[in-house]
Amino acid sequence: MSNSLTVHQRTTLSWAWLGVLPFLLFALLFLILPTLNIVIGAFQNPEGNFTLENIANLFKPSILDSYWISIKISLASALLGCIAGFLIAVAVVLGGLPRFIRSPIMTFSGVASNFAGVPLAFAFIATLGRVGLVTVLLRDWLGFNLYGTGFNILSFWGLTLTYLFFQIPLMILIITPALDGLKREWREAAAMLGASGFQYWRMVALPILWPALLGTFALLFANSFGAVATAYALTGSSLSIVPILLFAQIRGDVLHDPHLGYALAFGMILITMVANGLYLWMRARSERWMK
Amino acid sequence: MAFLEINHLVKDFGAQRVVKDFNLSVEKGEFVSFLGPSGCGKTTVLRMIAGFETPSSGHILVDGRDMVKLKPNQRNMGMVFQAYALFPNMTVAQNIAFGLKVAGKSSSDIQATVKEMLSLIKLEELGERYPFQLSGGQQQRVALARALAVKPTLLLLDEPLSALDAKIRVSLREEIRSIQRNLGITTIFVTHDQEEALSISDRIVVMYQGKADQIGTPFEIYNRPATRFVASFVGTINVLEAQVVEPSTGQVNLADQTLHLQRALPQTHGNSVSLALRPETVVLGNSRSVVLNGMVQEVSFLGSVIRLRISIGSQSLSMDGFNQPNTQPPSIGQSVQISFEPNDVLVLADA
Amino acid sequence: MKISFLQRFSSWIILLLGILYFALPLLGTFEFSLRMKRGEYSLEAYRVILSDSRFQQTFSFSVMMALLTIVLGVLLIVPTAYWVRLKLPRWRPIIEFITLLPLVIPAIVIVFGYIRLYNTSSWLPLTGSSFGTDILMVCGYTTLALPYMYRAVDTGLRTLDIATLTEAAEILGANKITILFRVILPNVTVAILSGAFLTFAIVIGEFVFAALLNRPAFGPYMQLVGANRAYEPAALAIIAFGITWMCMGLIQLVTRLQKHTRIQAPR
Repeated sequence: MSNSLTVHQRTTLSWAWLGVLPFLLFALLFLILPTLNIVIGAFQNPEGNFTLENIANLFKPSILDSYWISIKISLASALLGCIAGFLIAVAVVLGGLPRFIRSPIMTFSGVASNFAGVPLAFAFIATLGRVGLVTVLLRDWLGFNLYGTGFNILSFWGLTLTYLFFQIPLMILIITPALDGLKREWREAAAMLGASGFQYWRMVALPILWPALLGTFALLFANSFGAVATAYALTGSSLSIVPILLFAQIRGDVLHDPHLGYALAFGMILITMVANGLYLWMRARSERWMK
Repeated sequence: MAFLEINHLVKDFGAQRVVKDFNLSVEKGEFVSFLGPSGCGKTTVLRMIAGFETPSSGHILVDGRDMVKLKPNQRNMGMVFQAYALFPNMTVAQNIAFGLKVAGKSSSDIQATVKEMLSLIKLEELGERYPFQLSGGQQQRVALARALAVKPTLLLLDEPLSALDAKIRVSLREEIRSIQRNLGITTIFVTHDQEEALSISDRIVVMYQGKADQIGTPFEIYNRPATRFVASFVGTINVLEAQVVEPSTGQVNLADQTLHLQRALPQTHGNSVSLALRPETVVLGNSRSVVLNGMVQEVSFLGSVIRLRISIGSQSLSMDGFNQPNTQPPSIGQSVQISFEPNDVLVLADA
Repeated sequence: MKISFLQRFSSWIILLLGILYFALPLLGTFEFSLRMKRGEYSLEAYRVILSDSRFQQTFSFSVMMALLTIVLGVLLIVPTAYWVRLKLPRWRPIIEFITLLPLVIPAIVIVFGYIRLYNTSSWLPLTGSSFGTDILMVCGYTTLALPYMYRAVDTGLRTLDIATLTEAAEILGANKITILFRVILPNVTVAILSGAFLTFAIVIGEFVFAALLNRPAFGPYMQLVGANRAYEPAALAIIAFGITWMCMGLIQLVTRLQKHTRIQAPR
């Protein structure tokens, strides 16, 4: 290689980063600085000095309760979403269903996984609310009083059931490629070596899918943990989950302590960061195997 | 009764019959290859033996036991796949141990067998590696060890060498053959590569359009192909069209030259007949009993072998001769005499 | 591999249960939306909604926001993704990480940060005017769309041989800007459109940003209707669902069209 070419390459390389400058500037202004601002605010007192008091205040019972309910709802909707989405994906990919249903299911999953927020809440109120279609049908046809069982669409399980409407499709979208990645030969090799279908799933398929399953679980967890609109439109402020508490705090300082609000937001980042970190780590692991 | 008996096997996929009345007997310890182009039904027969496909009709007997009703995991066979199919979540040792673990063997038994298998495939050092850390050839050896670890009654090899580089393909096929001989395990080997089948098998089943066209030793298949398809699929062969002049003595007319095949022909006077001739049975000059005049069309120097293309009238044939350092090959356009022995000529049945 | 009757049967059961869960809320909502007039099914709720001037205003406001977001997103992401592929392959993990951040940081935290950083007494008082707030909101929506947009475009670029295309165009005398707009852009149109429709679906009903920045968008309007009316919310939900469905349908459509028009990278 000639000398002049090397030099030429070096100089173009050193200025090449300018090409991504607009993007970096944008990310800095509208993503990184705003987030850092909140994180820093969480560690400051009103006078601007460093303190851990805001973080300590998160452990007040009322706030701890909010986190706990949020985590429980996110865990429940992620777990149920994973299981239901996995079963549907397995049925569609491996269960011997006709091929032509796969494409509409994938399209619908794309739609439903993006159908979150205010209209989703309306849909579930119209279905499982006090005068919703299913509630009424159960009462008139089967004589079953859904609300007599203590069920309420505005409650923990109501919210979880509603979240599943976008959690299950998200699971289907993510896990289907992983199921496609299970080679037919693995199943056949296992059968040839004497393994039953159950042994194949326990010893081969599930261990191979495990990182993808756990990773998607983390993603679903973060997905419902940060959801505000659905919960707000469904329950107003009757269910005190963290995003709703934060929403009310931003609107009207209901905690009477702005810096506690920053700490609340910081806690949310922390939790979704752990969940997503788990997701990325697991995805890297599963890709290593799938080569 | 033979160890593996396949009787009147038929398989339909929808309206299409992909295997038509397939019959085969394999003796214990035999190495039999299924050879044919893709879509000939060879893999389908193998998958029916393994139990992944159910025959539309017919029987598969191993040691006198009918296999058709059994599930794949009840058949105690070993199988090696084209795409290795090692379990990616397990180490080499765990892969080999899988069948034994499923069978509920004790861990000391398992350890001993794994060790034995690793030394059989000469990968003692790699027991703790994962499949993605191995080369293709190594992975396929592990797959072989995994299949053999459960002491199967029958070893099924589904194009195990096709995904490998040419060099490794040759060395691994020799290794497979020597392991198979040592263990004396009855083996079915599916391939589309005729050289592979010829070099490795005790017997070859040449399959075409769902039928076994010919079953025989590599020597028989190559030198006495039973059908036009076998002749053209296995090795290189020249097919020349000639007119029968005298059926009883085998006198035929080829491009205005008269040939004496010295045997009776089924065709009557005036009919055409197809004559097949391997390139290596033809020599330059008139030293053999059937002589033809032709012209050199093409000369390919292949190293140890020189291949000539000779035109005879409107037809042409290829002939192979060994390289002689002191003899120049003929040049293009030169008129030459070529000759061959009459019993090297195969008279092909009409297609 | 054969699939047993039991497997097939349980697959059907699972599928039917799934269909039931997903169809019931949609059916329920649709049925509910027709019940506005006593004793008969009617489209009254839809009529009321569609003729509501605030619906028209908020909806067109949100459409405007979505379109601006798409434009800003394309202008920001296509050159960046192209440049990173061509000149800065080693930066890719960093850029990719940044684009994934909006999935990690909840939207409500981001908008909280905006309110603190760009309030009336700050160095850049964007929230001081409604125009400034609108700019802030478009930037916020672009941030939310980053993960989807970037991935769509980057995947589209991956299947092209960027370096060879660029060199071929340079030999023919094109400069970098021409290359980007005349060569690269047309070849990733499908990827961009996919990202754009997805962005549209996300932005059109977005609630948190609009509510906390106090802008008259479709999301807060829906929430307001939901808090005060009975049947109209159901009609709104059906309309919103229809929009999402349309966006996904368009993505499918352009992806299917792509198979005929795209330059294939050599395998």
